[in-house]
Amino acid sequence: MNWILQPWPWYISGPLIALVMFLLIMMGKNFGMSSNLRTLCTICGAGKQADFFKFDWKSQKWNLMVVLGVCIGGYIGANFLSLDTSVSIGLDTIAQLNSLGFDSAGKAYLPTELFSLSMFSDIKSITLLIVGGFLVGFGARYAGGCTSGHAISGLSNLQIPSFIAVVGFFIGGLVMIHILFPLIFKL
Amino acid sequence: MRQFLYVLIGIFFGIVLFKSEAASWFRIYEMFQFHAFHMYGIIGSALILGILGIQVIKRFDIKSFYGRQIKFEPKERNFKRYLFGGILFGLGWALAGACPGPIFTLLGAGFGPMLLVLVSAIFGTYVYGLLKNRLPH
Repeated sequence: MNWILQPWPWYISGPLIALVMFLLIMMGKNFGMSSNLRTLCTICGAGKQADFFKFDWKSQKWNLMVVLGVCIGGYIGANFLSLDTSVSIGLDTIAQLNSLGFDSAGKAYLPTELFSLSMFSDIKSITLLIVGGFLVGFGARYAGGCTSGHAISGLSNLQIPSFIAVVGFFIGGLVMIHILFPLIFKL
Repeated sequence: MRQFLYVLIGIFFGIVLFKSEAASWFRIYEMFQFHAFHMYGIIGSALILGILGIQVIKRFDIKSFYGRQIKFEPKERNFKRYLFGGILFGLGWALAGACPGPIFTLLGAGFGPMLLVLVSAIFGTYVYGLLKNRLPH
């Protein structure tokens, strides 16, 4: 049982993610996490400002239940199923991140520079997380889906639009990491 | 009862996201640097099984657990929205190091600053809703 406390390899994790998609399909639903963000907007009353949010959010309650579970799963994974949560990325990657100012590379699950509570006293970190989150929410809805909806569900159903979206995800990700990161983090 | 099943599926997904490290900022960075196969292996193997499984469901007309026909809604035919939206999403994914699923996983795992990412993502979705009719689709 010790393996369960170690990080899970890709050939276990990938098939399990496919299983999650199939469980939802067999429940008569679909696999897509970002639509919950729209549902949350509707619950907050955004339907008064834009038609996009005018729908019966109760029809999406099942997906909010999924996302509630995802939160609980994160708690269980971090607190009961892990001995050491540091992510063992390669030495090259660690060296590169160190040069960008991420000293926690290889020693943590998330960079402490951005995700420890002390970041709340750092305007730059706050700004980066706000901008990052905004782009995730805006981009996912503009593209009509995120990693689960396009890269897994859409591509599994051989949808060309999902392929275009995933190409877009990569263009954006590569630009951010290769062009913008050196500008943002070396300042 | 059914709502409870959805929570269980979510718990399972959340554990997988955390334990696979697909919810780690470092893994996303590493993926976009092409330094490791890990993330490609996760998405690739999920995808191959996904393609096979969906073909099986379609060919054999498999019904849902509740005996209903399974419908796969085709995505609307468009180009601009997928490319532009995708690029914006990719920029955010790489910066925050988390897509919508992992945002919730990491909140549960106790990373407080993720709340900032979540609220901004909800706000981003809201702004998209306001601008929808003025954006190229």
